[in-house]
Amino acid sequence: MPTSNDATPTELDVRIWRGGEDGAYAHYRVPFRESQTVLDVVTFVQRHLDSTLSYRFACRVGMCGSCAMTVNGAPRWTCRTHVSKVAEDGVITIGPLRNLPVIKDLACDMTEFFEKWQRAKGRFSPTRSRREPFERISPETPKRKAVDAGIECINCGVCYSACEVVSLRRDYLGPAALNRAWTLVNDTRDAEHDARIAAVSGDAGCHNCHSHQSCVDHCPKQLSPTASIAGLKRASVGAAWRRLTGR
Amino acid sequence: MSAGVRPRRGALWLAALVHRLSGVALAAFLPLHLLVLGLAIEGEAALDGFLRWTEMPIVKIAETGLVFLLAVHMLGGLRVLVLENLAWSERQKTFATVAAGVSVLVAVGFVVRAM
Repeated sequence: MPTSNDATPTELDVRIWRGGEDGAYAHYRVPFRESQTVLDVVTFVQRHLDSTLSYRFACRVGMCGSCAMTVNGAPRWTCRTHVSKVAEDGVITIGPLRNLPVIKDLACDMTEFFEKWQRAKGRFSPTRSRREPFERISPETPKRKAVDAGIECINCGVCYSACEVVSLRRDYLGPAALNRAWTLVNDTRDAEHDARIAAVSGDAGCHNCHSHQSCVDHCPKQLSPTASIAGLKRASVGAAWRRLTGR
Repeated sequence: MSAGVRPRRGALWLAALVHRLSGVALAAFLPLHLLVLGLAIEGEAALDGFLRWTEMPIVKIAETGLVFLLAVHMLGGLRVLVLENLAWSERQKTFATVAAGVSVLVAVGFVVRAM
């Protein structure tokens, strides 16, 4: 059996999830190549071994966020994951993302993921019309820095798949939607701060986060949704305090 | 068979688990603690009898575990309070490790003094 440490490995033992929720892993032999990504492996299987294999990808360079899968137990962008980094004794196990319904093979239904962005009011609500001048925001303000820290999310679903709380309760909004809400809470141009805080403070909102930081550990963009969620918790408690005291 | 293989769990998952389990264990211990306090009301002899029983090594070891649970639950709880109410720090894993380490030291200190 070739290994990731072999000087001249020739073949990989690839296990790929086939079917829906009740599917099973199927084995494939894939030639090992230099600088090969996991997405290359999946594409090889689909083009040369079994054309019925379903999976998603688009950009292949870590910009679109559509090729996330579970690779040897960890959610990853397959296009930015080199086989040599993850193969264990020449074996790679590739499955669909956890915490999302499986449509077929490696393709998940992302509907609930994006619906939660809507539930968390992840949409910018402007205070100015297009006829008014742009608001000038200094990049040095604490609020803008907080926005910058979380704004690079590309909705790949890796954090959502890694989150243990989502596994425990499926209605939890999840790290990506809450991270998005935090960037908007800190956007001084946004008009829906109070409504957004209320939306993320509910039963399935930010207070469910156990701060395990699995989202942080797996985020390919090195974002910290846990820090964003902690910010939302503070904002939520502050809003409740203001309601109680009438200030 | 499940499609999604579970990812490796991190140090803070373990910290949350320890915090939850130590809380449950302390809650389970609380009635026993109140029972002992009740012995003091019943009379000096009853309480002294119990306290003599607690001098047994096996009970001391159990008490050491209890001291560890108390320390780790309190320090873990403080970490969560700080995390959720003060400015964010990226050093959560360090804090959790320090909390566990200090709890072990407190427990070891207790058992050294007790034996």
